[in-house]
This record gives sequence, C-alpha cells and structure tokens, in this order.
Amino acid sequence: MAQKLIDELRKACGDKNVVTHPHQLRTYESDGLLRYRVTPRAVVLPGSAEEVQAVLRACHAAEVPWVARGSGTGLSGGALPVEEGIVIGVNRMNRVLEVDLPNQRLVVEPGVTNLDVSKAAGPTHFYPPDPSSQIVCSIGGNVAENAGGAHCFKYGFTTNYVTGLELVLPDGELIQIGGKELDQPGYDLLGAFVGSEGTLGIATKITVRVVPVPEAVRTLVAFFDSTSHAGQAVSDIVSAGMVPGAIEMMDSLAIEAAEGATHAGYPADAGAALVVELDGSEAECEHRFEEVKEMCERNAATGIRVAQSEDERALIWKARKAAFAAMGRVSTHYYVQDGVIPRTRLPEVLARIEELSKEYGMRVANVFHAGDGNLHPLVCYDGHTEGEAERAEELSGQILAACVEAGGSITGEHGVGFDKKGYMPRMFDEPDFDAFQRLRCAFDPAGMANPGKVMPTPRLCGEVPGPYRQHPLEAAGIAERF
Amino acid sequence: MATQELRTEAPGSRDEAAALIADCGRSGQVLRVRGGGTKFEWGTPAADPAVVVSTAGLDQVIAHNEGDLTAILEAGVPLVKAQERFAAAGQMLALDPPLGEGAAATIGGVMATGDSGPLRHRYGAPRDLVLGMTVVLSDGTVAKAGSTVIKNVAGYDLAKLFSASFGTLGLILLVAVRLHPQPRETVTAIGRSDDPELVAKGASALAHASLEKECVDVRWAGSEGAALARLGGATAGPQAEAAARVLTDAGLDTGIVEDDFELWARQRSEQRSADHAVVRVSGRQTELARTIGAAEALGGSLVGRASLGISWITLDPVRIADLRAELAPVKCVVLDAPRDVRASLDVWDAEPSALAERVKQRFDPAGVFAPGTFAGGI
Repeated sequence: MAQKLIDELRKACGDKNVVTHPHQLRTYESDGLLRYRVTPRAVVLPGSAEEVQAVLRACHAAEVPWVARGSGTGLSGGALPVEEGIVIGVNRMNRVLEVDLPNQRLVVEPGVTNLDVSKAAGPTHFYPPDPSSQIVCSIGGNVAENAGGAHCFKYGFTTNYVTGLELVLPDGELIQIGGKELDQPGYDLLGAFVGSEGTLGIATKITVRVVPVPEAVRTLVAFFDSTSHAGQAVSDIVSAGMVPGAIEMMDSLAIEAAEGATHAGYPADAGAALVVELDGSEAECEHRFEEVKEMCERNAATGIRVAQSEDERALIWKARKAAFAAMGRVSTHYYVQDGVIPRTRLPEVLARIEELSKEYGMRVANVFHAGDGNLHPLVCYDGHTEGEAERAEELSGQILAACVEAGGSITGEHGVGFDKKGYMPRMFDEPDFDAFQRLRCAFDPAGMANPGKVMPTPRLCGEVPGPYRQHPLEAAGIAERF
Repeated sequence: MATQELRTEAPGSRDEAAALIADCGRSGQVLRVRGGGTKFEWGTPAADPAVVVSTAGLDQVIAHNEGDLTAILEAGVPLVKAQERFAAAGQMLALDPPLGEGAAATIGGVMATGDSGPLRHRYGAPRDLVLGMTVVLSDGTVAKAGSTVIKNVAGYDLAKLFSASFGTLGLILLVAVRLHPQPRETVTAIGRSDDPELVAKGASALAHASLEKECVDVRWAGSEGAALARLGGATAGPQAEAAARVLTDAGLDTGIVEDDFELWARQRSEQRSADHAVVRVSGRQTELARTIGAAEALGGSLVGRASLGISWITLDPVRIADLRAELAPVKCVVLDAPRDVRASLDVWDAEPSALAERVKQRFDPAGVFAPGTFAGGI
C-alpha cells in the first residue's frame, strides 16, 4: 500500500520531487519549533495545482494523512509531520503570477516568500502583514496561520488582505473562493480558511490586496527604567487616539541580548525600550510624532532616539527584529511563547510573569507587540540539564494561563498547531470544539488534512457518506467517531 | 412578507433564545432572524417562516473596554445606541452602513448581512472588525469562536463565517468587536465632473495616493458625479488640500468641504431605496468608469467605495437584467427591490457551491435557518 502511494506521487510530480531517503526526510521532521520531531513516510514537492490535486487524490484514495508545509518557519508545530503521513511542500510553487497594481491586487503561488510579495508590489505599494520571518516565510504558510507581525495593530492581519484563493480540497477537488473582487455572494469561506492551520485544504493561488506606501514614516525608540513606565506611555498614546504603524516593547533582558547581537546603541541598563513608528500623511505624522515624544517624556523616558534617516530607522528595528535570535547570547536554550492580553492588563500580567520567573528560577525576557497586547515571553533555560526543558514548558504554560485569566488568548499569531492544542480548553469549551469540527468536516470529512493539530483531542466526522470504513486514527485507538 | 402577521418570538435572554432555537430545531420549524428589521426583505423571497426570532430583547452592551478599544454587544443592540456609548469615550465602531428606517439597524443585523458604509475604505467590513462571536445552532449548541482581544488566532474564525451569512447558519447572540479612535476632525476633498472617465480617474488617483484616507467614495446621479476623499486626524485640513490637489491633477473641478457630515450621510443613505431597486456591484477599481457608464445608460444613480470596487446602483427594477448583462461577469447582488421583482430573478447572481452546501448542512443540520433565502439556493 505504502509503495503504491509513493509510486503514484512519483508519477504525479516526478521522481526527483518525491523524497523518501531517511536522511533527506529528517529535514522535514520539524518546523520552526524543534522540540517536536516526526519523520514522515515521504515528502512530495508538487509544482502546480494539478500536481497538488493528484497528490491529494492519491492520499485520499490510500487514506493516508498529509501535512502541507511552506518554509517551515512556524512556531507551533503546525507543519509537524504525521506519523506514516505525507508532507506536501509548496516551495516549488513560487511564482508571482500577476502584479495588478491598477486594482491593487497581486496573485501569487503559495511558496512565494512574504517579503517577495511586498517587493513585487513596490515601490509604490506594500503588503502589510510582516511576520519577523518575512525573508523566508511563505505566503501559503501565512495564509494557513493568519500571520501578523509588527504592523498589524494598525494594518491588520493576513485575513484582512486575502481577497481570493484557489484551493485544493482534501478529496482533490479544485475550487475558487473570492477573487480580486470583494463581497462575492455566498459564505465567507475565505475568512474561514485563512488561519485554519492547514486543516481544510491547500491554497494553490492566493490573491492579496496591497496598499499604497505611506507618504511619511517617523520612528523613534524611547528608553525607560521600567516596563510600567513604558506601558503607561503606550496607554497614553493609544488613549490620545493614535494608531501607530507599530509600537513594540522590549524589557531589560531582551534589550541586553539584542544589543549584544546588533550593537544598535540601546543602553544596556535600560529597563524597557519602546519602538514607536507612525506612518501616514506627512502633516499628520509630523504633528502626532511630537505628541508621542511628549508622552514618552511625561512618562519619565530616560532617553529618546529619533531616526533621522532610513539607516537609523533600520538600526532601531534591527535590535527589535533580532530579539528572538539574540536570546542565544544570554541563554543556551529558550522557549518562545505567544500570548495575548487586553493591553490594559499589561502591568498585572508582567508582574505575574516576574513572579513565575522567580518561582521557577528561570529568566524570562519579554518582547511585545504592545499596541495589541501580544506578548512574546522568552523563557530561558539550560537544555543540557535534565528536566529543565519540561520546567520551562511548564512555566511557559503558566504564562499562557495568566494571559487567558486576564481575558486574552493562548496565541496571537503563532497558531495552535501541535504545541498549544492542549491549552485550547482554557479558552474554549466542548460546544465550541463541536462548532469548529463542523467547519472542518465540511471541508475534510475524511480527516486527512493535518490531523492531530488545533483541536485538543482528535475527532472524526460523523455521517461520512458511503459505507462505514474504519479511519486509520480510529484503528490506532487515538480518535473516536462522533 | 408582512412581518407583523407572522408569529414573532422575542426571547428576553440568551438562554431563552438558545432554548427557542433548540425547540425550532427539534420540531423542524423554519425560522427567520430579525434584528431591527431594516434589511429583513433582503435575500431570496421564500415561504413564510413558522416563526420570526426577534433579537429585540437581546439589547445589552455587555462590555465597553475603553482602554483596550474593544466591546462586547448582544446582537439586538441598535448600532446607533452602541455608537453613542463609544462616542462618549471618543471612540467608534468603524461601521457606518445605512441604518434604515428609524435608524433601527442592530449590530447583529449588520454582522449577519455584512453591510458597510464609507468607513470600510480604511477600517474594513464587519468581518474585519469582529473579534469573536457566540452563536446558537439549530441543534441547540451554543458555541463561541474568536476572542475579545484584538489579536487572536486560536481556533477557527467562525465569526467571519457567520458574518454576511444572512442568518442561515445560526443565531448570533453576542458579538465582540474592535473599536477605533474617532478622528479629531474630518475634512473632505471633492472633485466633480460630468464625465464618468474623469470621475473614475480621480477616484483611482485618490485610491493610489499615499495619503491616509478615512473614506474614498464616488457618486453619480443625473449625468454628473464626483470623487470624494475624507481625511481625518489632527491635521485634516492640510491633508484634504493634498487630496484636492490629486483631484485637480486628475482634471476634476475640485473643492474642499469642511462641514462634511451631510455629504457622507448622503453617500450612506443612497445605498438604500424604498421605491427603486438597489444592486450591489462587486467589481474592480479599474471597472469603475464602465460601471458608472452602465448606471448612467440605464437611468440609474451610483454611490461606491472607489478603491474597493464595490458600488451600489439605484435604478428602475425593470433594468436589473440589463445591468447584469452589461456588467457580466461582475456579480450584481440585488438588495432592495419589490418582492415580485426579487422573486423573478436570482437576487444573488450566484452559482450553487457544494462546499457552501456542506457548510450549511453541518451548521444547520435541522435546516431551519431561513432555508432557500441565501446564495446558491441555500
């Protein structure tokens, strides 16, 4: 059976685009979250929608589950392979198919990187969702995860920019939803699909909206002796009716690491750094930027650096964007968390994180998208000491619990994937999962698309048309039909 | 369908509403959900439902989190009431669809129909501003999706699926929304012309200008039209002057309107008509001149979101077929029109979708939520 499927994949996509050698398969055993590893049965790299269709038809017939994968930068194990399943990499589908700037639309294949989408729209337009991994992450992955980034407080998320999709459903059917036009009659299946973490199908063509590059951009970084002062500055800015293009905060440990890596000139003794970027019309930016400076000063900023050139702006951002990677300088291992809180609850949640940090004896660096309350605590631990990774994970889970208790979410942009499905019951109840499952069953009644992700416990769809056949997950005793 | 002749139930609480829906589901009683009743006639005319479920009793603002710029509303809260509350804090829910007779439109009704107004240019449609939703399905399941914070990717985004689903998947009980600060002031730049090409050119120039516009609209009536941009913030005047220069460069007869409330109220109100047909055209920016031309040729008028490609054409109902023929394959959804007209054509201008039918079957297994009223025969 297994060999027959692999033969079919080879026939559909060509021998060189089907990976089965154990060493090569290891490349695909994790996504950006390296803690989980599963070796797939095979990896297939289709080059067109027709090939994706052939692959999914073959998997459907063979009842073999599959996982779609973009660039593998996801941080929730969303692209973690399924045991004995197939990984479908979309990286060969990397063409920008159409740049239709008169209509402010681009049509791209899923393997195009996020940055290349913006570049194709430039220099007059840009594509706003900009996850930190934008140089390598694929737009297909962005669609699956509803990717955000530093600019989404003002500009929104992937779901606000995708206007059309060509999809291959898990049974191999090719369908179009939306297009270049908005408000096409019918259900908002685009809204349902974007952010569905690869559990509903594979997008083979993506139409996105791009927007004019703003007339002016003004960026500053202000330093404070504590996150509470920086947090108050954020509150003041938002209360004054401003929606900055980006507003990002780092705490002292994050500053220490980022400065060590980038030498961006952040003072090593600062308790918090706040990057504020205003963009928009020239007149409005200038006017409001002065207000931002005043608000930082009023909240006891110890220093303010205003970018006077594009190079200086890039330097300010370099430290912020390097924060994750730079943690390697202060800790051998770290665990990246992604939680959301109502922004006004920041002081109490930060206090709770500090309390947990002391309790566990582990340092926690904090990097936030401060405007929208999206926290990225980085839990530092020594992975060479037995049991530390588990304790770090536990601490990380406690932080999420604090976020949910404050009225927030277990994930703002990294997704649930494999990593956070166990936390889903903190936010959702059984009837909510039941409703989620209805959507999933409408798209993928056989449950072959990325099974074992998002939902806390595997579920199957009832009322599958045709005679009853035992599902592989059911046979393995890990899912029930209801 | 005269709603007063139909059996109407107005549950006084979310629990009562859930029990009522479960009862309808069990007994197979077809129902239609009614908010303010301002868009109740939209959709495909269908046989009278056994019961109209009114959300009038679900009218509580559950939370307005000023500092977080979010709110949680019961579905029956009139949008105008919610806006008064938000405005007191200098905030707004950036949805400004026409509110209908007596300004009765509710948040649930606006969500369920996906209706929007000029602010959509900058802030998006109901789907873009909804953070979470609680719904009741026909088997009595009360489910929530999304969250009450402005950033969240946990679970499927069912709130988007339910927005613009016209009450065919379930009853919306609660809606969590993102709010925005109200601009300190607004000023509008307007460029007029009697040439559809020039109006479209001006509108396109505005859409592509690197100014931050609150709204970019177009209008056409009586053989003349205009492109309009509303600028907001602390420096609305200078920004509007910059927009006016864009319009002048495009060859339009340009002016500045400082007291612009009426101007935009008219753009909104002309999305509805009591005695003519209103057709919503889902087109592209570059087709605007052709769309205006079609409206003009058929004796109609038009308002639209120039950069989004969406237009509302008001015309004699007998010309709907001509309009569709003229603009095909662009989708032309009939919103307002006399019942007999709506019964004589497919108001949705849509093909059936097997996937959409499966979605309907999964969420409304009892098939009681307004069957036969939605796109593709759902």
